[in-house]
Amino acid sequence: MSAPRPAPKTTAAYPKGGSFLLEMVSPQDVFTPEDFNDEQRLIAKTTADFVNQEVLPNMEKLEEQYKTGDFSLTVNLLRKAADIGLLSGDIPAKYGGLELDKVCQMLVSEFISRSGGFSVSLGGHTGIGTWPITYFGTPEQKAYYLPKLGSGEWLAAYALSEPGSGSDALGARTKAVLNEEGTHYILNGTKMWISNAGFADIFIVFCKVDGEKFSAFIVHRDYPGVSTGKEENKMGIHSSSTRQLILENVPVPKENLLGEIGKGHLIAFNCLNLGRYKLGGGVVGGAKSILEHTAKYAMERKQFDRPIGSFGAIKYKIGEMVARIYATESMSYRTAGLIHNILADVDADDAERILKGIEEYAIECSIMKVYGSEMLGYVADEAVQTFGGYGYSEEYPVARAYRDARINRIFEGTNEINRLLIPGMLLKRGMRGELPIMQAVQNVLDELLAGPSFDEVEDTPLAKERKAIVDCKKIALLIAGAAVQKYGQKLSEEQEVLIAFSDIAMDVFAMESSYLRALKLHQGRLHEITTRDALAATQVFINDAVGRIELTARRILPTLSEGDNLRIQLAAVKRFSKYDLVDTVQLRRYLAERAFEVRGYPVFSI
Amino acid sequence: MKIAVCIKAVPETDTRIRIAADGRSIDRTDVKFIISPYDEFALEEAVRLKEAKGGQVVAVSLGGDEVPNLLREALARGADEALHISGDGVAVDDPLCVGKTLAAALKTLTPDIVFFGKHGVGGDNQQVHAIVAEKLGWPQVTVVTKLEIGDGRLRAEREIEGGIEVVETPLPAVIGAQKGLNEPRYPKLQSIMQAKKKPLVIKTFADFGLTAAEVGPEAAGLMITALRLPPPRQAGRKITGDPAQQVGELMAALQNEVKVI
Repeated sequence: MSAPRPAPKTTAAYPKGGSFLLEMVSPQDVFTPEDFNDEQRLIAKTTADFVNQEVLPNMEKLEEQYKTGDFSLTVNLLRKAADIGLLSGDIPAKYGGLELDKVCQMLVSEFISRSGGFSVSLGGHTGIGTWPITYFGTPEQKAYYLPKLGSGEWLAAYALSEPGSGSDALGARTKAVLNEEGTHYILNGTKMWISNAGFADIFIVFCKVDGEKFSAFIVHRDYPGVSTGKEENKMGIHSSSTRQLILENVPVPKENLLGEIGKGHLIAFNCLNLGRYKLGGGVVGGAKSILEHTAKYAMERKQFDRPIGSFGAIKYKIGEMVARIYATESMSYRTAGLIHNILADVDADDAERILKGIEEYAIECSIMKVYGSEMLGYVADEAVQTFGGYGYSEEYPVARAYRDARINRIFEGTNEINRLLIPGMLLKRGMRGELPIMQAVQNVLDELLAGPSFDEVEDTPLAKERKAIVDCKKIALLIAGAAVQKYGQKLSEEQEVLIAFSDIAMDVFAMESSYLRALKLHQGRLHEITTRDALAATQVFINDAVGRIELTARRILPTLSEGDNLRIQLAAVKRFSKYDLVDTVQLRRYLAERAFEVRGYPVFSI
Repeated sequence: MKIAVCIKAVPETDTRIRIAADGRSIDRTDVKFIISPYDEFALEEAVRLKEAKGGQVVAVSLGGDEVPNLLREALARGADEALHISGDGVAVDDPLCVGKTLAAALKTLTPDIVFFGKHGVGGDNQQVHAIVAEKLGWPQVTVVTKLEIGDGRLRAEREIEGGIEVVETPLPAVIGAQKGLNEPRYPKLQSIMQAKKKPLVIKTFADFGLTAAEVGPEAAGLMITALRLPPPRQAGRKITGDPAQQVGELMAALQNEVKVI
């Protein structure tokens, strides 16, 4: 078992973010959960023990806190988490932090997420609450705040949204004006949906200096004029506190400005990007926990004198849950490995290079966010369905999981915003010459003119799946080419087209990550049952993904082309989506049986 | 104080065990190894003792490549150094050979007290700590649920059938930890990360002046000749009908099939 490989010296050796759409990589070059080292495993285990012993036994009480607004239990647990190091993973050692590597951080995030709404409180503090200071603070600000935030002495919240601005974050109306003495900015406005607002000691507040220049400030709860609204009556994550933050003539010392005036968007968007990265690990943990409950219930619950898990209808659901969790887990940790490698020789206090490294893979982070949250939605929904009437009752844990899952598609940038960002970022990199997208599109068109090739598919494991991935990339490029040709610079207005492209690109990334992991296992650990599980999950996933991609392409192409052009493109889609279908009924049954055997997710455990 | 704790790598307790092709050992494919659960109480007690009285904890384990991970875990849980005694050339299935090897190693470490779990799950021999005590000539107290260390002496409570026995012995001594001795704590992230900086040395039986004739296969007093899984449980059968029919059918089954009446 190896840690991610140390980074090569030149940045040119890193795979470019988004390059998965243009080229194939070797399985040995991707990080997979099977590569966790012992230290990472032990850290995951401690996190799991903390959740199991400290948080889950208190779940009922945690979920009731919003009714009284007294979140002292959450605060106590956050302090306990701090004591074992769970609040200081991202903080540089020189400010008392642990400097966990990025793979480890994703692992911690996966295991913390088994604690439902509590993980939102913890993530709100360690993530978007602390990152702005870690990555944008002055040395003085870092030295002052980070030790207190890492030790849990102070807890933090992030205040970006407003009643009138959500996705359009830069449309904020909260205003900051420097006072006459030039010592304080006076803040006025209302921030909305602020996680941890009920107990946070400091808030990272985004506002516009003089009503124009988007900027961020550190605002203390005890400054005059700071107050919070009543607890929101949310659909889920009841154990987290969410309130408005109300600022009335709040004097904020000018030393509390974070970063530069007018550069607040850099803080906001970089932190959201990091948040998407963490969410990619979080959804995997949440989904595995739901699968554990569901697999156990399906084995115990009897109808018609048989456990309901013995019926194909239920096996289908469980098998599909395994396949989707596997795909998400594979791409999340693949991305974790990419980021780990690009940051391996970067100083933990070198914010600029860290943010640049993570930004390189912003496309992958957006995919993880969208794909992961929708995977979690599927798993939670089918879990409720498996439990039947009992699933609709709050007596059983899946009802809460179902309500809790929904927010993941909304926060850290809605899934719609992220779906629009993916092609936007890809094309921008193409224009800047960082990714040879237009050349790749041209290659696909040349291949079409040359006519079909009749190369035999090699007789190696997953060769068929490999070819499907290569071909699906071509479909994505075909759509990109047709869209750019028709709309040019105005493509950003065509959201339905952009979203269709994103759906294809996400499936490609998930297919390929699944395939690479299975192949790596096949090459290294042929006889282990994990390898069999991974192969089955990969086949189920790719079999269905090819169908989805074909359908999406056929749906969107008539919008992009017409006449002979359209006919040629549709024929190309037909050619590129040719895949010898497999018996997924048997494969899903196998995956379900394995889930019953281990009472949860079979492919991997710590 | 110099404190030693001996830990054994055992298959995770919910592992589905398969018998290897030789019919005498387990198939290690897909098997995950953990610190034997009773050894966790031993380790925790060793670390607590160090925290209370000061000193050093050395964790010792005999075995193959499953051992270093678990010694790292022991370091993360508070041990200061670790000694991996290679199982190569040692008759590891024979408690006597294992005990002799550990005793020789412990002799060089000169601890004031040695902790073991009361038995290693899996093998369930419950012998090694007693053999070690015998070979070192030290007193041994096992199934210990409470322990107090005084000046050169210890006072221990041990579970006996239907009651508690309180004993005192001089130090050095060997302790077999029982569940209830303490509540093991999970390691902090900080100590997990520090663990890799702590020393973990590997040695062979020869390093302790032992020979193959003393601890190798030819010295083994005990050899595993066969390993079998328990027969799979038969499916239950539901007896139906009116009470008279049910009684009749049940009687027939008990007399003719199970043959207990």
